[in-house]
Amino acid sequence: MVNITPLLQHSIAPHPLLLAIETSCDETAIAILRGRALLASEVASQSAAHQPYGGVVPEVASRHHLRHAPQLLERATSDAGISLGQVAAFAATSGPGLASSLMIGASLAKGLALGFDKPYLAINHLEGHLLSPFFGSEAGIEPNVALIVSGGHTMLVEVNGVGDYRIIGRTVDDAAGEAFDKVAKMLGLAYPGGPEIERCAQGGDPARFGLPRSMLNSGDANFSFSGLKTAVRYLLPKIAAPEDGKVLSDLCASFQRAVVDVLVAKTIAAARAARRSLVTVSGGVSCNHELRTQMSLGCKRAGLELRFAAPRLCTDNAAMIAFAALLRWERGDSTPLTTEINPNLAL
Amino acid sequence: MATFTSNSAAETIAFARAWAQALVPNDVVALVGDLGAGKTHFVKGLLRGLESTEEATSPTFTLIHEYRGGRLPLFHFDFYRLNQLSELAEIGFDEYLDDGGVAVIEWADRFPEALPERARWLRIEAPSASERNFTEEEK
Repeated sequence: MVNITPLLQHSIAPHPLLLAIETSCDETAIAILRGRALLASEVASQSAAHQPYGGVVPEVASRHHLRHAPQLLERATSDAGISLGQVAAFAATSGPGLASSLMIGASLAKGLALGFDKPYLAINHLEGHLLSPFFGSEAGIEPNVALIVSGGHTMLVEVNGVGDYRIIGRTVDDAAGEAFDKVAKMLGLAYPGGPEIERCAQGGDPARFGLPRSMLNSGDANFSFSGLKTAVRYLLPKIAAPEDGKVLSDLCASFQRAVVDVLVAKTIAAARAARRSLVTVSGGVSCNHELRTQMSLGCKRAGLELRFAAPRLCTDNAAMIAFAALLRWERGDSTPLTTEINPNLAL
Repeated sequence: MATFTSNSAAETIAFARAWAQALVPNDVVALVGDLGAGKTHFVKGLLRGLESTEEATSPTFTLIHEYRGGRLPLFHFDFYRLNQLSELAEIGFDEYLDDGGVAVIEWADRFPEALPERARWLRIEAPSASERNFTEEEK
Protein backbone atom coordinates (compact mmCIF):
# COMPACT_ATOMS: atom_id res chain seq x y z
CA MET A 1 0.00 0.00 0.00
CA VAL A 2 1.12 3.54 -0.69
CA ASN A 3 1.25 6.00 2.14
CA ILE A 4 -1.93 7.97 2.55
CA THR A 5 -1.03 11.61 2.76
CA PRO A 6 -3.13 13.82 4.99
CA LEU A 7 -3.74 16.22 2.10
CA LEU A 8 -5.72 13.79 -0.08
CA GLN A 9 -8.24 15.37 -2.41
CA HIS A 10 -11.28 13.73 -0.86
CA SER A 11 -13.66 14.74 -3.59
CA ILE A 12 -11.83 12.38 -5.94
CA ALA A 13 -10.23 10.09 -3.37
CA PRO A 14 -10.85 6.36 -3.88
CA HIS A 15 -11.01 5.94 -0.09
CA PRO A 16 -13.32 8.71 1.12
CA LEU A 17 -13.85 9.52 4.77
CA LEU A 18 -17.50 9.01 5.70
CA LEU A 19 -19.11 9.94 8.99
CA ALA A 20 -22.47 8.43 9.98
CA ILE A 21 -24.83 9.10 12.88
CA GLU A 22 -27.46 6.62 14.09
CA THR A 23 -30.16 7.67 16.57
CA SER A 24 -33.22 5.72 15.43
CA CYS A 25 -34.08 4.25 18.80
CA ASP A 26 -32.22 4.01 22.06
CA GLU A 27 -28.56 3.90 21.04
CA THR A 28 -26.64 7.04 20.10
CA ALA A 29 -23.90 6.00 17.69
CA ILE A 30 -21.31 7.62 15.43
CA ALA A 31 -18.89 5.87 13.09
CA ILE A 32 -16.18 6.92 10.66
CA LEU A 33 -15.01 4.90 7.66
CA ARG A 34 -12.02 5.48 5.40
CA GLY A 35 -13.08 3.50 2.37
CA ARG A 36 -13.98 0.10 3.80
CA ALA A 37 -11.77 0.50 6.86
CA LEU A 38 -13.56 1.32 10.10
CA LEU A 39 -11.63 4.08 11.86
CA ALA A 40 -14.04 4.68 14.74
CA SER A 41 -17.35 3.32 15.98
CA GLU A 42 -18.79 4.83 19.14
CA VAL A 43 -22.01 3.65 20.77
CA ALA A 44 -23.62 5.11 23.89
CA SER A 45 -26.25 2.59 24.93
CA GLN A 46 -29.24 3.66 26.98
CA SER A 47 -30.32 0.19 28.02
CA ALA A 48 -29.48 1.08 31.61
CA ALA A 49 -31.57 4.28 31.48
CA HIS A 50 -34.62 2.38 30.18
CA GLN A 51 -34.25 -0.69 32.39
CA PRO A 52 -36.61 0.55 35.14
CA TYR A 53 -39.38 1.00 32.51
CA GLY A 54 -39.03 -2.36 30.73
CA GLY A 55 -38.84 -0.67 27.34
CA VAL A 56 -37.75 2.37 25.37
CA VAL A 57 -39.18 5.68 26.56
CA PRO A 58 -39.13 8.24 23.72
CA GLU A 59 -38.44 11.35 25.73
CA VAL A 60 -35.70 9.64 27.73
CA ALA A 61 -34.24 8.52 24.40
CA SER A 62 -34.19 11.92 22.69
CA ARG A 63 -32.71 13.72 25.70
CA HIS A 64 -30.02 11.07 25.87
CA HIS A 65 -29.15 11.52 22.18
CA LEU A 66 -28.91 15.27 22.60
CA ARG A 67 -26.52 14.87 25.52
CA HIS A 68 -24.33 12.16 24.00
CA ALA A 69 -24.07 13.04 20.31
CA PRO A 70 -21.62 15.98 20.66
CA GLN A 71 -19.35 13.99 23.00
CA LEU A 72 -19.42 10.98 20.69
CA LEU A 73 -18.57 13.19 17.72
CA GLU A 74 -15.44 14.43 19.50
CA ARG A 75 -14.45 10.94 20.58
CA ALA A 76 -14.99 9.45 17.12
CA THR A 77 -12.94 12.09 15.29
CA SER A 78 -10.15 11.87 17.86
CA ASP A 79 -10.12 8.03 17.74
CA ALA A 80 -10.01 8.17 13.95
CA GLY A 81 -7.31 10.85 14.01
CA ILE A 82 -9.18 13.06 11.58
CA SER A 83 -10.74 16.48 11.57
CA LEU A 84 -14.32 17.07 10.46
CA GLY A 85 -13.13 19.18 7.52
CA GLN A 86 -11.61 16.05 5.93
CA VAL A 87 -14.91 14.15 5.83
CA ALA A 88 -16.23 13.59 2.29
CA ALA A 89 -19.89 13.08 3.23
CA PHE A 90 -22.09 13.08 6.32
CA ALA A 91 -24.79 10.43 6.76
CA ALA A 92 -27.58 9.78 9.24
CA THR A 93 -30.38 7.32 9.77
CA SER A 94 -33.58 8.98 8.53
CA GLY A 95 -36.03 6.23 9.53
CA PRO A 96 -37.77 4.09 10.54
CA GLY A 97 -37.64 4.81 14.26
CA LEU A 98 -38.77 7.23 16.94
CA ALA A 99 -39.39 10.67 15.41
CA SER A 100 -37.86 12.69 18.24
CA SER A 101 -34.73 10.52 18.25
CA LEU A 102 -34.25 10.41 14.46
CA MET A 103 -34.53 14.18 14.34
CA ILE A 104 -31.43 14.67 16.50
CA GLY A 105 -29.07 12.51 14.44
CA ALA A 106 -30.36 13.79 11.10
CA SER A 107 -30.19 17.45 12.17
CA LEU A 108 -26.60 17.02 13.36
CA ALA A 109 -25.52 15.35 10.09
CA LYS A 110 -27.30 17.97 7.99
CA GLY A 111 -25.69 20.76 10.03
CA LEU A 112 -22.24 19.27 9.48
CA ALA A 113 -22.90 18.79 5.75
CA LEU A 114 -24.08 22.38 5.43
CA GLY A 115 -21.22 23.78 7.55
CA PHE A 116 -18.49 21.93 5.66
CA ASP A 117 -20.24 22.14 2.29
CA LYS A 118 -20.22 18.36 1.78
CA PRO A 119 -22.97 15.98 0.65
CA TYR A 120 -25.56 14.61 3.06
CA LEU A 121 -26.82 11.02 2.83
CA ALA A 122 -30.07 9.92 4.47
CA ILE A 123 -29.86 6.19 5.15
CA ASN A 124 -32.69 3.77 5.89
CA HIS A 125 -31.96 1.96 9.16
CA LEU A 126 -33.17 -1.30 7.60
CA GLU A 127 -30.77 -0.91 4.66
CA GLY A 128 -27.99 -0.54 7.23
CA HIS A 129 -28.91 -3.91 8.72
CA LEU A 130 -29.52 -5.47 5.32
CA LEU A 131 -26.02 -4.67 4.01
CA SER A 132 -24.21 -5.27 7.33
CA PRO A 133 -23.37 -8.95 6.59
CA PHE A 134 -21.12 -7.61 3.79
CA PHE A 135 -19.44 -5.02 6.02
CA GLY A 136 -15.92 -4.27 4.84
CA SER A 137 -16.16 -6.57 1.85
CA GLU A 138 -14.57 -5.33 -1.38
CA ALA A 139 -16.55 -7.85 -3.42
CA GLY A 140 -19.78 -5.91 -3.38
CA ILE A 141 -23.24 -7.13 -2.49
CA GLU A 142 -23.94 -10.66 -3.67
CA PRO A 143 -27.60 -11.42 -4.40
CA ASN A 144 -29.16 -13.04 -1.34
CA VAL A 145 -32.25 -13.60 0.76
CA ALA A 146 -31.89 -11.55 3.94
CA LEU A 147 -33.54 -12.05 7.31
CA ILE A 148 -33.65 -8.85 9.38
CA VAL A 149 -34.69 -9.72 12.91
CA SER A 150 -34.73 -7.21 15.77
CA GLY A 151 -36.90 -5.62 18.45
CA GLY A 152 -38.82 -3.54 15.93
CA HIS A 153 -38.60 -5.60 12.73
CA THR A 154 -38.85 -9.12 11.41
CA MET A 155 -38.70 -9.35 7.64
CA LEU A 156 -37.39 -11.34 4.72
CA VAL A 157 -35.96 -9.39 1.81
CA GLU A 158 -34.70 -10.43 -1.59
CA VAL A 159 -31.52 -8.41 -2.16
CA ASN A 160 -30.32 -8.06 -5.74
CA GLY A 161 -27.78 -5.28 -5.17
CA VAL A 162 -27.43 -1.88 -3.47
CA GLY A 163 -30.83 -0.18 -3.56
CA ASP A 164 -32.51 -3.14 -5.27
CA TYR A 165 -34.65 -4.81 -2.60
CA ARG A 166 -37.94 -6.69 -2.60
CA ILE A 167 -39.70 -7.44 0.69
CA ILE A 168 -40.98 -11.00 0.50
CA GLY A 169 -42.32 -11.41 4.03
CA ARG A 170 -42.72 -9.66 7.37
CA THR A 171 -44.38 -10.07 10.72
CA VAL A 172 -48.13 -9.57 10.68
CA ASP A 173 -48.15 -8.63 14.39
CA ASP A 174 -45.20 -8.57 16.84
CA ALA A 175 -41.51 -8.48 15.88
CA ALA A 176 -39.44 -11.44 17.13
CA GLY A 177 -37.40 -9.25 19.49
CA GLU A 178 -40.61 -7.71 20.83
CA ALA A 179 -41.88 -11.21 21.63
CA PHE A 180 -38.65 -11.84 23.56
CA ASP A 181 -39.12 -8.56 25.48
CA LYS A 182 -42.79 -9.15 26.30
CA VAL A 183 -42.31 -12.77 27.35
CA ALA A 184 -39.32 -11.75 29.47
CA LYS A 185 -41.54 -9.21 31.21
CA MET A 186 -44.19 -11.90 31.89
CA LEU A 187 -41.46 -14.07 33.42
CA GLY A 188 -40.20 -11.23 35.58
CA LEU A 189 -36.88 -11.02 33.71
CA ALA A 190 -34.96 -7.81 33.04
CA TYR A 191 -34.97 -5.59 29.92
CA PRO A 192 -33.77 -6.10 27.24
CA GLY A 193 -35.46 -9.50 27.24
CA GLY A 194 -33.52 -11.27 24.47
CA PRO A 195 -30.19 -11.72 26.24
CA GLU A 196 -32.00 -12.52 29.53
CA ILE A 197 -34.09 -15.30 27.96
CA GLU A 198 -31.01 -16.65 26.18
CA ARG A 199 -29.09 -16.69 29.46
CA CYS A 200 -31.91 -18.46 31.34
CA ALA A 201 -32.39 -20.93 28.46
CA GLN A 202 -28.86 -22.27 28.81
CA GLY A 203 -29.01 -25.94 29.78
CA GLY A 204 -32.83 -25.87 29.52
CA ASP A 205 -34.91 -28.48 27.70
CA PRO A 206 -36.39 -26.86 24.55
CA ALA A 207 -38.86 -29.75 24.16
CA ARG A 208 -40.31 -29.58 27.70
CA PHE A 209 -43.15 -27.20 26.84
CA GLY A 210 -45.02 -27.53 23.55
CA LEU A 211 -45.39 -24.01 22.15
CA PRO A 212 -46.87 -23.10 18.75
CA ARG A 213 -44.79 -22.53 15.61
CA SER A 214 -47.16 -19.97 14.08
CA MET A 215 -47.56 -19.62 10.31
CA LEU A 216 -45.07 -22.40 9.62
CA ASN A 217 -47.38 -23.71 6.89
CA SER A 218 -49.01 -20.42 5.91
CA GLY A 219 -47.66 -20.78 2.36
CA ASP A 220 -46.16 -17.29 2.40
CA ALA A 221 -43.04 -15.72 3.90
CA ASN A 222 -44.85 -13.85 6.70
CA PHE A 223 -44.31 -14.30 10.44
CA SER A 224 -46.56 -14.09 13.49
CA PHE A 225 -45.29 -14.06 17.07
CA SER A 226 -48.35 -12.72 18.86
CA GLY A 227 -49.89 -16.20 19.28
CA LEU A 228 -46.68 -17.53 20.81
CA LYS A 229 -46.70 -14.69 23.35
CA THR A 230 -50.33 -15.52 24.18
CA ALA A 231 -49.50 -19.23 24.49
CA VAL A 232 -46.83 -18.46 27.10
CA ARG A 233 -49.30 -16.19 28.90
CA TYR A 234 -51.80 -19.09 29.25
CA LEU A 235 -49.15 -21.67 30.02
CA LEU A 236 -47.81 -19.75 33.04
CA PRO A 237 -50.77 -20.30 35.43
CA LYS A 238 -50.63 -24.05 34.66
CA ILE A 239 -47.01 -24.35 35.75
CA ALA A 240 -46.59 -24.96 39.47
CA ALA A 241 -43.46 -22.86 40.03
CA PRO A 242 -42.45 -21.01 36.85
CA GLU A 243 -39.81 -19.02 38.72
CA ASP A 244 -38.02 -22.21 39.79
CA GLY A 245 -34.56 -22.36 38.18
CA LYS A 246 -35.03 -25.56 36.18
CA VAL A 247 -38.62 -24.81 35.14
CA LEU A 248 -37.72 -21.25 34.10
CA SER A 249 -34.76 -22.57 32.17
CA ASP A 250 -36.91 -25.13 30.30
CA LEU A 251 -39.59 -22.52 29.63
CA CYS A 252 -37.08 -20.03 28.22
CA ALA A 253 -35.45 -22.75 26.11
CA SER A 254 -38.85 -23.89 24.77
CA PHE A 255 -39.90 -20.33 23.92
CA GLN A 256 -36.57 -19.49 22.31
CA ARG A 257 -36.63 -22.66 20.21
CA ALA A 258 -40.19 -21.92 19.03
CA VAL A 259 -39.10 -18.49 17.74
CA VAL A 260 -35.89 -19.85 16.21
CA ASP A 261 -37.62 -22.80 14.48
CA VAL A 262 -39.99 -20.47 12.65
CA LEU A 263 -37.24 -17.99 11.69
CA VAL A 264 -35.03 -20.78 10.30
CA ALA A 265 -37.78 -22.67 8.43
CA LYS A 266 -39.25 -19.55 6.84
CA THR A 267 -35.87 -18.13 5.82
CA ILE A 268 -34.79 -21.35 4.12
CA ALA A 269 -38.15 -21.69 2.35
CA ALA A 270 -37.86 -18.08 1.14
CA ALA A 271 -34.33 -18.64 -0.19
CA ARG A 272 -35.52 -21.70 -2.10
CA ALA A 273 -38.57 -19.90 -3.50
CA ALA A 274 -36.41 -16.98 -4.65
CA ARG A 275 -33.79 -19.41 -6.04
CA ARG A 276 -31.00 -17.81 -4.06
CA SER A 277 -28.05 -19.80 -2.78
CA LEU A 278 -26.99 -17.23 -0.16
CA VAL A 279 -28.81 -16.38 3.07
CA THR A 280 -27.84 -13.40 5.25
CA VAL A 281 -29.00 -12.62 8.78
CA SER A 282 -28.80 -9.27 10.58
CA GLY A 283 -30.43 -7.26 13.37
CA GLY A 284 -30.32 -7.45 17.16
CA VAL A 285 -31.89 -10.91 17.51
CA SER A 286 -29.22 -12.36 15.20
CA CYS A 287 -26.83 -12.12 18.19
CA ASN A 288 -28.83 -14.99 19.68
CA HIS A 289 -26.62 -18.09 19.76
CA GLU A 290 -29.49 -20.54 19.38
CA LEU A 291 -30.55 -18.75 16.18
CA ARG A 292 -26.95 -18.81 14.91
CA THR A 293 -26.60 -22.53 15.66
CA GLN A 294 -29.94 -23.62 14.20
CA MET A 295 -29.68 -21.37 11.14
CA SER A 296 -26.20 -22.76 10.41
CA LEU A 297 -27.45 -26.35 10.71
CA GLY A 298 -30.54 -25.64 8.61
CA CYS A 299 -28.64 -23.88 5.82
CA LYS A 300 -26.00 -26.61 5.76
CA ARG A 301 -28.71 -29.26 5.35
CA ALA A 302 -30.38 -27.21 2.62
CA GLY A 303 -27.10 -26.64 0.78
CA LEU A 304 -27.30 -22.86 1.28
CA GLU A 305 -24.46 -20.49 2.00
CA LEU A 306 -24.97 -18.42 5.13
CA ARG A 307 -23.55 -15.09 6.19
CA PHE A 308 -24.26 -13.41 9.55
CA ALA A 309 -23.59 -9.80 10.38
CA ALA A 310 -20.75 -9.64 12.92
CA PRO A 311 -22.21 -9.48 16.46
CA ARG A 312 -20.90 -5.92 17.00
CA LEU A 313 -22.94 -4.89 13.93
CA CYS A 314 -26.15 -6.61 15.06
CA THR A 315 -27.30 -4.23 17.74
CA ASP A 316 -27.91 -0.70 16.55
CA ASN A 317 -24.67 0.96 15.52
CA ALA A 318 -23.44 3.62 13.13
CA ALA A 319 -20.81 1.49 11.38
CA MET A 320 -23.51 -0.26 9.34
CA ILE A 321 -25.05 3.13 8.46
CA ALA A 322 -21.63 4.41 7.37
CA PHE A 323 -21.13 1.28 5.22
CA ALA A 324 -24.53 1.69 3.53
CA ALA A 325 -23.69 5.38 3.02
CA LEU A 326 -20.36 4.45 1.44
CA LEU A 327 -22.03 2.09 -1.04
CA ARG A 328 -24.56 4.81 -1.87
CA TRP A 329 -21.81 7.44 -2.17
CA GLU A 330 -19.88 5.20 -4.57
CA ARG A 331 -22.96 5.17 -6.81
CA GLY A 332 -23.03 8.95 -6.76
CA ASP A 333 -26.08 9.23 -4.48
CA SER A 334 -26.72 12.15 -2.16
CA THR A 335 -29.79 13.44 -0.33
CA PRO A 336 -31.17 17.00 -0.47
CA LEU A 337 -30.89 18.75 2.92
CA THR A 338 -34.62 19.46 2.75
CA THR A 339 -35.43 15.75 3.04
CA GLU A 340 -37.23 15.12 6.32
CA ILE A 341 -36.88 12.17 8.63
CA ASN A 342 -39.67 9.59 8.35
CA PRO A 343 -40.58 7.46 11.39
CA ASN A 344 -42.44 5.00 9.10
CA LEU A 345 -39.83 4.94 6.32
CA ALA A 346 -40.27 1.82 4.18
CA LEU A 347 -37.36 -0.13 2.71
CA MET B 1 -73.68 -2.50 25.92
CA ALA B 2 -73.96 -6.24 25.91
CA THR B 3 -70.82 -8.30 25.95
CA PHE B 4 -69.70 -9.95 22.73
CA THR B 5 -67.85 -13.24 23.13
CA SER B 6 -65.29 -14.28 20.53
CA ASN B 7 -63.98 -17.82 20.34
CA SER B 8 -61.05 -17.24 17.99
CA ALA B 9 -58.81 -14.60 16.47
CA ALA B 10 -60.87 -14.88 13.27
CA GLU B 11 -64.10 -14.13 15.20
CA THR B 12 -62.41 -11.14 16.86
CA ILE B 13 -61.44 -9.78 13.43
CA ALA B 14 -65.00 -10.31 12.12
CA PHE B 15 -66.48 -8.58 15.20
CA ALA B 16 -64.13 -5.59 14.81
CA ARG B 17 -64.87 -5.41 11.11
CA ALA B 18 -68.59 -5.05 11.82
CA TRP B 19 -67.89 -2.65 14.70
CA ALA B 20 -65.90 -0.38 12.33
CA GLN B 21 -68.95 0.30 10.14
CA ALA B 22 -70.25 2.93 12.56
CA LEU B 23 -66.92 4.77 12.95
CA VAL B 24 -66.84 8.46 11.98
CA PRO B 25 -64.00 11.01 11.71
CA ASN B 26 -62.29 11.92 15.00
CA ASP B 27 -63.61 8.85 16.82
CA VAL B 28 -61.32 7.68 19.60
CA VAL B 29 -61.32 4.03 20.66
CA ALA B 30 -59.57 3.08 23.91
CA LEU B 31 -58.63 -0.58 24.24
CA VAL B 32 -58.03 -2.21 27.61
CA GLY B 33 -56.78 -5.78 28.00
CA ASP B 34 -53.82 -7.85 29.13
CA LEU B 35 -50.86 -9.04 27.03
CA GLY B 36 -52.25 -11.51 24.53
CA ALA B 37 -55.88 -10.37 24.92
CA GLY B 38 -56.20 -9.70 21.19
CA LYS B 39 -55.94 -5.91 20.99
CA THR B 40 -53.85 -5.94 17.82
CA HIS B 41 -56.22 -8.48 16.25
CA PHE B 42 -59.13 -6.16 17.02
CA VAL B 43 -57.29 -3.35 15.19
CA LYS B 44 -56.64 -5.68 12.23
CA GLY B 45 -60.43 -6.14 12.03
CA LEU B 46 -61.09 -2.39 12.28
CA LEU B 47 -58.81 -1.82 9.28
CA ARG B 48 -60.70 -4.40 7.23
CA GLY B 49 -63.97 -2.75 8.30
CA LEU B 50 -62.60 0.56 7.06
CA GLU B 51 -62.04 -1.14 3.69
CA SER B 52 -58.25 -1.02 3.96
CA THR B 53 -56.07 -3.90 2.78
CA GLU B 54 -53.24 -2.85 5.11
CA GLU B 55 -52.13 -5.25 7.82
CA ALA B 56 -52.05 -3.78 11.34
CA THR B 57 -48.92 -4.80 13.26
CA SER B 58 -47.89 -4.06 16.83
CA PRO B 59 -46.98 -0.36 17.24
CA THR B 60 -44.96 -1.01 20.41
CA PHE B 61 -41.65 -0.06 18.72
CA THR B 62 -42.52 3.34 17.19
CA LEU B 63 -45.57 3.98 19.46
CA ILE B 64 -47.75 4.92 16.48
CA HIS B 65 -48.62 3.34 13.17
CA GLU B 66 -50.60 5.27 10.56
CA TYR B 67 -52.86 3.50 8.08
CA ARG B 68 -54.27 5.66 5.32
CA GLY B 69 -55.54 3.08 2.85
CA GLY B 70 -59.15 2.92 4.04
CA ARG B 71 -62.40 4.89 4.11
CA LEU B 72 -60.95 6.85 7.09
CA PRO B 73 -57.32 7.09 8.25
CA LEU B 74 -56.59 4.91 11.27
CA PHE B 75 -53.99 5.97 13.86
CA HIS B 76 -52.89 3.02 15.97
CA PHE B 77 -51.20 3.90 19.28
CA ASP B 78 -49.66 1.79 22.02
CA PHE B 79 -49.20 3.15 25.56
CA TYR B 80 -47.40 -0.05 26.66
CA ARG B 81 -43.97 1.60 26.87
CA LEU B 82 -45.06 5.10 27.80
CA ASN B 83 -43.93 6.27 31.19
CA GLN B 84 -45.19 9.85 31.46
CA LEU B 85 -48.04 11.81 29.98
CA SER B 86 -45.62 14.43 28.64
CA GLU B 87 -44.08 11.87 26.28
CA LEU B 88 -47.29 11.84 24.25
CA ALA B 89 -46.64 15.41 23.13
CA GLU B 90 -43.44 14.16 21.46
CA ILE B 91 -45.37 11.96 19.06
CA GLY B 92 -48.01 14.62 18.41
CA PHE B 93 -50.78 12.61 20.05
CA ASP B 94 -53.28 15.48 20.43
CA GLU B 95 -52.92 16.52 16.79
CA TYR B 96 -53.75 12.98 15.67
CA LEU B 97 -56.98 13.00 17.68
CA ASP B 98 -58.40 15.89 15.60
CA ASP B 99 -57.00 14.86 12.24
CA GLY B 100 -60.18 13.43 10.74
CA GLY B 101 -59.26 9.81 11.31
CA VAL B 102 -59.96 7.15 13.90
CA ALA B 103 -57.52 6.88 16.80
CA VAL B 104 -57.21 3.48 18.48
CA ILE B 105 -55.14 3.22 21.62
CA GLU B 106 -53.82 -0.05 23.08
CA TRP B 107 -53.11 -0.04 26.84
CA ALA B 108 -55.22 3.15 27.09
CA ASP B 109 -55.85 2.50 30.81
CA ARG B 110 -52.19 3.29 31.56
CA PHE B 111 -52.96 6.98 30.85
CA PRO B 112 -56.75 7.44 30.83
CA GLU B 113 -56.28 11.17 31.48
CA ALA B 114 -54.69 11.52 28.04
CA LEU B 115 -57.95 10.62 26.30
CA PRO B 116 -60.80 13.01 25.48
CA GLU B 117 -64.32 12.67 26.95
CA ARG B 118 -65.63 11.33 23.67
CA ALA B 119 -63.39 8.25 23.74
CA ARG B 120 -65.19 4.90 23.61
CA TRP B 121 -63.71 2.42 26.06
CA LEU B 122 -63.62 -1.22 25.06
CA ARG B 123 -62.48 -3.80 27.61
CA ILE B 124 -61.22 -7.19 26.43
CA GLU B 125 -61.25 -9.98 28.98
CA ALA B 126 -59.84 -13.46 28.48
CA PRO B 127 -61.58 -16.09 30.62
CA SER B 128 -59.73 -18.90 28.77
CA ALA B 129 -57.01 -19.33 26.17
CA SER B 130 -59.47 -19.05 23.26
CA GLU B 131 -62.43 -17.03 24.65
CA ARG B 132 -62.44 -13.22 24.57
CA ASN B 133 -65.18 -11.00 26.00
CA PHE B 134 -65.56 -7.51 24.51
CA THR B 135 -67.49 -5.01 26.63
CA GLU B 136 -67.97 -1.32 25.92
CA GLU B 137 -67.72 0.60 29.19
CA GLU B 138 -69.30 3.79 30.43
CA LYS B 139 -66.70 6.27 31.68
